[in-house]
Amino acid sequence: MSTFDTIPQTKQEMLVEILLRLADDRLILGHRLSEWAGHGPELEEDLALANVALDMIGHASALYEYAARLENKPDEDHYAYFRDDIDFKNIALVELPKGDFAFTIAREFLFSSFSYFLYKELIETVEDEQFNGMLQKHFKEIKYHLRHSREWVLRHGDGTEESNRRIQDAFDELWMYTGEMFEMDEMSRIAAQNNLYVDVSNWKQEWKELINSTLEEATLTVPDYNQYMFSGARHGRHTEHLGFLLAQMQFLRRSYPDAEWK
Amino acid sequence: MSDTSTQSTEWPLWEVFYQPSDGKPFEHAGSVHAPDSEMALQNARDTYARRNEGIAIWVVPSDQITASSPEDRGPFFDPANDKAYRHPQFYTVPRAVKKRK
Repeated sequence: MSTFDTIPQTKQEMLVEILLRLADDRLILGHRLSEWAGHGPELEEDLALANVALDMIGHASALYEYAARLENKPDEDHYAYFRDDIDFKNIALVELPKGDFAFTIAREFLFSSFSYFLYKELIETVEDEQFNGMLQKHFKEIKYHLRHSREWVLRHGDGTEESNRRIQDAFDELWMYTGEMFEMDEMSRIAAQNNLYVDVSNWKQEWKELINSTLEEATLTVPDYNQYMFSGARHGRHTEHLGFLLAQMQFLRRSYPDAEWK
Repeated sequence: MSDTSTQSTEWPLWEVFYQPSDGKPFEHAGSVHAPDSEMALQNARDTYARRNEGIAIWVVPSDQITASSPEDRGPFFDPANDKAYRHPQFYTVPRAVKKRK
């Protein structure tokens, strides 16, 4: 499976597509978070963000590895380093530039709250043992990402005037990129029928309640759920930011394909 | 130096203790900066508990710890030096016990 708008025919192709969608989201956001290394607001928070970044890249790596075995590709690096932006299936939310600390936290919160409900239901649904095992393992770390980001949302919201303004701006800016998380395209629907994905509308209300209660507790205004929503990144129509990210991430491996850690 | 200059930008310091496994006493791991106890726990987890070090963490505000001072060293610890009989080293340890170590 490559590029966009092709509907997988076999169950295995569907599984690969789902693995890549989950993995791409995590690799790209992990990379964005890794850009904080050495630039965190405090030493401890620098470490925390790097830990979350490593968790996400680790999740992506495991998912890619499984996909590589199913597709007979040499290894997980094939997906990370040798595909172009049009082939990446991540949502646009994760590829936006890293922004300030408030933006980073708001994005981590939106993404890990979504991941939390998604993984919870996938674990109940997915029959493929290996895939399910991975989900269960990663779910524990997702719970921590949610806790980390939620606590920081609260502290920004009822912190100072400046921190409140910054995190409110971040949510307002990120809002139009939340729609893609809940899109059920034809691929997702077919995969859900085959117990490889789930109907995300089942728990969208629960997700909204978590978002609403957190933002209210943080004395923030919840943006309008019915506003215009960005769409198309899962099918290769990305923002201009992804190309620059990939150029940086893939450069070394593409220029020196045989380079090794010594 | 006045207190306010450090208080205004730096988060308070917390001492971190972790328990290596069930039933073991907590051990001091180091310290972290954090604005409050929840963040101190999270920072402690991210700084000291990422490589299977333990199963539980305590964080304590550093300024809540009462410590002995260097001048106390004599009166506190010297009396122990010449009382070798307080050490359990005059027993032969049975071989079976040694083995289990």
